[in-house]
Amino acid sequence: MSASTRDSFYLYRKLKSSLMMGLTLVATVLTLLPLIFVLAYLVSKGLSSLNFNFFTHLPKPVGEPGGGMANAIVGTFELVALASLMGVPIGIGAGLYLNEYGGSLSAPARFAADVLIGMPSIVVGIFAYVVVVRPMHGFSALAGGFALGIIMIPLVTRTTEEMVRLVPQELREAALALGVTRWRTTVSIVVRTAAAGIATGVILAIARVAGETAPLLFTAFGNRFWSHGLSEPIASLTVQVYTYAISPFANWQRQAWAGALVLTGIVLALELGVRWITRGRLKPLR
Amino acid sequence: MEPSRKLPARNDAEPRPPQPTRQVMAAIAEKARVGSLPGLLGDRLFRWSTATLALMVIALLAGFAVVLTMQSRLSLVKFSFRFFTSSNWDPVNEQFGALPFVYGTVMTSAIALLIAVPLSLGSALAMVEMLPQWLATRIGFMVELLAAIPSVVYGLWGIFVLGPWLRDNIDPLLAGYLGFLPIFQGPQLSVSLLTAGVLLSVMIIPYITAVCTEVFRAVPQNQREAALALGATRWEMIRMAVVPYGYSGVVGAIILGLGRALGETIAVAMVIGNRPEIAASLFMPSSTLASAIANEFTEATGDLYLSALVELGLVLMVLAVVLNAAARALVMGVVGQQGERR
Repeated sequence: MSASTRDSFYLYRKLKSSLMMGLTLVATVLTLLPLIFVLAYLVSKGLSSLNFNFFTHLPKPVGEPGGGMANAIVGTFELVALASLMGVPIGIGAGLYLNEYGGSLSAPARFAADVLIGMPSIVVGIFAYVVVVRPMHGFSALAGGFALGIIMIPLVTRTTEEMVRLVPQELREAALALGVTRWRTTVSIVVRTAAAGIATGVILAIARVAGETAPLLFTAFGNRFWSHGLSEPIASLTVQVYTYAISPFANWQRQAWAGALVLTGIVLALELGVRWITRGRLKPLR
Repeated sequence: MEPSRKLPARNDAEPRPPQPTRQVMAAIAEKARVGSLPGLLGDRLFRWSTATLALMVIALLAGFAVVLTMQSRLSLVKFSFRFFTSSNWDPVNEQFGALPFVYGTVMTSAIALLIAVPLSLGSALAMVEMLPQWLATRIGFMVELLAAIPSVVYGLWGIFVLGPWLRDNIDPLLAGYLGFLPIFQGPQLSVSLLTAGVLLSVMIIPYITAVCTEVFRAVPQNQREAALALGATRWEMIRMAVVPYGYSGVVGAIILGLGRALGETIAVAMVIGNRPEIAASLFMPSSTLASAIANEFTEATGDLYLSALVELGLVLMVLAVVLNAAARALVMGVVGQQGERR
């Protein structure tokens, strides 16, 4: 092989390398484009339909202009609160067990939590329908909260476990050496130390379930009016956006954009806030 | 404690601490007994209650399996295997064949993976192997935001922006150059398999990218240095050292993305058109397992209809469990035991 062919082969390899690395950059840009497009459309289409009434008024019937999603916004908060009541204690308790005790249950529990994280949310909806809606003979806020709570449990379990694992072993030993009982050590030392991380995990789980639609379709169902009591169907931002988006009415479609903007605003504010506070110390769950 | 540091031996030469009197010792003993009882009880109680909660997580998964199997019993018994081979979904005559939904799910997931895999791999490689740390962190952050956007918002965007855009710009191109293929023939609609597939790809890219980034970061630096020392270019280093080392992790990431694509419901239900038919053309509406449940569940009249829909859910659940378990095992193999956290 002469020197020149070797050089040209080297050149070819260099070129190929640059080309492929350039393509990875193109891929990066293409990956991020949808984020920009989705947010841009949300803001441009949503802002124009967003006004004060949107936050204070009930939905108007078809044909009447105006109206808002006040009941859906409140409904989303109610559902998330119900879900947290169920998901947070179970999740934190199970997460503590996984790291602090780690008995024979922990391997299957960890596996179950991992699999539940990947469970399609529509399947959770079916489960809640059978377990809550059918025995109660009707769609209800309780059923919706139950479905969202189930989605929260594995998320909170795994973040709690991860956060508690970061607590230095020396702290536990110091407490035990002082004669503090095991459970007081866990509650007053371990959980206290990891509290910020656990709270972060809870907020991320809340952000996740606040954006869920599928499990609410046949549990919380939706409601055009205020919901009086937990055993009645209740509106939520996500279901309302879904219903309005697939409707043929221009006014409703505009409202859907406004609702989507509010929903995304809430979810991203929670995500951004938490990410900014923890600055990448917490890995997202997938 | 280090073994060399022993307790000082009892030595009469050393002044002994004052010894407690008998009464004081009795009082201490009493206090210890009284004090330790609730302590021990508390320990037991706490351990058992957290164990119960952990057991609930396991029971929940088991509960899913039991509930879904029981509720789809009617349909399981009546149609057995025919459920998956028949394409006749006819609620009026109580005939239920899930083939159209299986077809829709397979096609949309295939399109999604076809687009998402190269883009995710590319951006993960760019972030790990090329871009400076500060930029890679920011891009990683934006990718996470992409995953945080609710699926109903993606669906809304899909209906009004992505669908019409694909119909007007991409469909004619595909029909023009690849029109000899049956999948690119026929009328072009904005609600279609293609729109659903492209939208799904947008939604699963963040997941695959994030896991791939983690996998590539786990490749030991000396593997890269060895390749470079042999004279490899940057791309050759990736081909020789990075990708082979992380291969099973990348496969795991893709399977994880596939699991997401199969189970995604609302966004797909909004853009796929919801027609229980097997359409040869990707420009035509169809339906997936998940979108069919979302669409028909509240309208399901009759036990058999409901049972057939629950069976669709059962199929989804089994797929999700299998894919997730496999993906996690693969990713864990590369990222190592700290990957156990996830």
